[in-house]
Amino acid sequence: MGIANPAIPLSPEQIAKNLADIAPAMLAEEAYAEASRCLFCYDAPCTRACPTSINVPEFIKRIAARNIVGAATTILDANLMGASCARACPTEVLCEGACVYNHEKAPPIQIGRLQRFATDPVVLSGKMVLSMAPPNGKKVAVVGSGPGGLAAAGELRRLGYAVTVYEAKDQPGGLNTFGIAPYKLTNADALAEAEYVRKMGVEFVLNTRVGKDISIDKVNDDYAAVVIAIGLGATAPLGITGESIDGVVGATEFIEQVRRDPAKVTVGKRVVVVGAGNTAIDAATEAKRLGADQVTILYRRSEKEKPCYEYEYMLAKKDGVVFQWLTAPVQVQAQRGAVSGLKCVKMKLGKPDASGRPAPEPIAGSEFNFACDMVIKSTGQQKLIELYRQVKGLVERGGKVQVNESMQTGNPKWFAVGDCVSGGKEVVNAAADGKRAAYGIHRMLFGDAAVPVRKPGPRLEKPAPHPPMPF
Amino acid sequence: MVDLTSNLAGITSPNPFWLASAPPTNSAYQVMKAFDCGWGGAVWKTIGEPIVNVSSRYSSVNYKNFRMMGLNNIELITDRSLADNLRELREVKKHYPKHALVASLMVESKRETWHTYVKQVEDCGVDGLELNFGCPHGMSERGMGSAVGQVPDYACQITEWVKEVARTPVIVKLTPNISNIVYPGLAAQKGKADAVSLINTINSITGIDLDTFEPRPKVRGHSSHGGYCGPAVKPIALNLVAALTSHPEFKLPVSGIGGIETWQDAVEFMLLGATNVQVCTAVMHYGFRIVDGLISGLTEWMQAKGFEKLADFRGKTIGRIKDWGDLDLNYKIVASIDRGKCIGCQVCYIACEDGAHQSIALSGDPKDRVPKVLEDVCVGCNLCSLVCPVDGCITMKEVDNGRPSVSWRQYQAKLAAGPAAAH
Repeated sequence: MGIANPAIPLSPEQIAKNLADIAPAMLAEEAYAEASRCLFCYDAPCTRACPTSINVPEFIKRIAARNIVGAATTILDANLMGASCARACPTEVLCEGACVYNHEKAPPIQIGRLQRFATDPVVLSGKMVLSMAPPNGKKVAVVGSGPGGLAAAGELRRLGYAVTVYEAKDQPGGLNTFGIAPYKLTNADALAEAEYVRKMGVEFVLNTRVGKDISIDKVNDDYAAVVIAIGLGATAPLGITGESIDGVVGATEFIEQVRRDPAKVTVGKRVVVVGAGNTAIDAATEAKRLGADQVTILYRRSEKEKPCYEYEYMLAKKDGVVFQWLTAPVQVQAQRGAVSGLKCVKMKLGKPDASGRPAPEPIAGSEFNFACDMVIKSTGQQKLIELYRQVKGLVERGGKVQVNESMQTGNPKWFAVGDCVSGGKEVVNAAADGKRAAYGIHRMLFGDAAVPVRKPGPRLEKPAPHPPMPF
Repeated sequence: MVDLTSNLAGITSPNPFWLASAPPTNSAYQVMKAFDCGWGGAVWKTIGEPIVNVSSRYSSVNYKNFRMMGLNNIELITDRSLADNLRELREVKKHYPKHALVASLMVESKRETWHTYVKQVEDCGVDGLELNFGCPHGMSERGMGSAVGQVPDYACQITEWVKEVARTPVIVKLTPNISNIVYPGLAAQKGKADAVSLINTINSITGIDLDTFEPRPKVRGHSSHGGYCGPAVKPIALNLVAALTSHPEFKLPVSGIGGIETWQDAVEFMLLGATNVQVCTAVMHYGFRIVDGLISGLTEWMQAKGFEKLADFRGKTIGRIKDWGDLDLNYKIVASIDRGKCIGCQVCYIACEDGAHQSIALSGDPKDRVPKVLEDVCVGCNLCSLVCPVDGCITMKEVDNGRPSVSWRQYQAKLAAGPAAAH
């Protein structure tokens, strides 16, 4: 990458330190003490807040009772991606945000870290704990091995299916392996989770892009059902001039490089990240942690409208990332073929647009030049529409695959999960989708009765209150 | 100004906090340090014929992340020589004349042996004697400790022997491992004891190693039943103290023992009639330094309540412990949930629904997590207010049902008098 003014490279030790776990594993005593704080709420808000409905109080009670394998079983039974969710979930807006302790102004239970404490010894060591149905004779293909694909594949395997996962890249895991800041989830842990699903009996075919290396028709003919879990494509262009200049990169591609080998990544001394979503935060903090002197996030709306989570915002601020609100890029500027700056324009907020947020409008004559050595684009990813068009009957809208409540597409045999459906959500949402698709397929192929529902038995009436004393 | 001095049957101490006869009072080194820290008195580790102890000796019960909610031991009486103990008792008394120093004794059930020991320890200048009729392990197999305390006649007999020669007040320490504490208590009184102390430890097995199947505390793969103490036993101790202090024939002063860790614990024993208290497990857990907090808490509480001396509040609760049959059946309370304080855990709901009287309902709206009390069926059992994690969120409110006070005993009497009298 041609960067005219690169940051001074850091030593491997410094890089390792900068990218180390921000929420380190709990020590046993810490975990037991924290677990014992849990109130064991009834109809617990944390469970309701979890897209995969993990029975949080139950797994925490099991930890408190020193039953770690049992705790992991509770988690993985609801969410096979429990180990990566424990690290990557925005818990402050999900389970921990719903913890009733928040209403008491007390710190919520550290559910994410407890979940990691429970799942690590099981998932990282490949200890099989989940019940598995005997083979049912049916084959299902899963396209993509990100969290949605892995969750679908594992659940289908548990239901008795022979499952093959096709992965275009050389390593499984999707965004868990290539798209999340390394201080949240390491490559080793992401790969161990994929390995766990493989060990459950799922077959993986790497370096194979469905629709190119193997035809849609063949997949359609060879399998009883197919799950599309291909996520999103490359970073979307900003649509300004100069985007092909050396030193302009997409956030997704930048993060993948960091995940593959941070020592090989060159960042500029002064980095501008365009966009303020959670991916933008990841890219900005990684650039800072790889030695950039100055990292600025440009966002065309104001602080109030920023799409990133508060936790991510604070993380970036703590790393020294500067936010430049109400600013949009106009043109990348270059000197001797490399980025030298970004011409920007000041924005103001207008009337609400289709998204319901105030529409940013450029202020005429407010253009200015922002000197920088590297531009990271992070305003969204392209949709992989080419594949959708090859599947007969599949409907997409705005690049998002349209599905019913079972994640079934317009083609009854094809299901879709994760970011290709949602447009970009959390690991836990993809995992929830995957499970839903697996059960959707099971119902489609074996009927509703194949998914048993536990019904309550008979009940007598509650006793009537005792009559008052006769005098 | 609050005066904390205590006088148990003539044994005075600057405050009512004594160390119980146990490992913390094994040596002059410990007792002198304890007195420097502020303890008012100490009952020396029980003296008797030479014994040998085992290793290990203690085992405990944890609750969640709290250590040593209950402690059990199979340690015996002192394993130091009589000469060492006597010399150290004398030294302690010489340097700490104002503190209460009590010698605990446990010897074979022979009149002469008791006489010999009583004379020897009294010659050291101790302020009193405590007869250990309580230890439930080891010594009881040899006919001592609780083997004596469990047979009122033995307890009375030995007390009489001791009183024949004792020049200082005699405290009889009672075992809780009996069916009715009143019998050994009255036996001590009959034997002319000057006071009783209770409770000694409760027979227990604290736990088993689930990997090796060895009981704890482990002694080369085996264990023995041991004496249980610590915060877990306090309610049992309070009940046994109350059983004695509320008994019309029982007149002796009481030294309260059993799970005392905080000043509140001590006040509770005193409200049930204890003249002073003895502490062991809390010191074994945290050291002598805890006495500062005990003194401070008790002083602050007495000041706030306007009490000047311990006798001002001693026994205030005794009359309130009644037979169940004398409680008012027409007193009616119902639970009340403070919506502003409720954090929505719904533990009260499930506790009442599955564990009690089905008197709390959910709103049915997942967004409104505050449960509702069904006042017409609420029996006023307290359970919801006990499980609620927020102080003051669930309170029990009295309902004026317009009915006069009536106890079960009165009710039975009215029934016996016939329907006309009942209405």
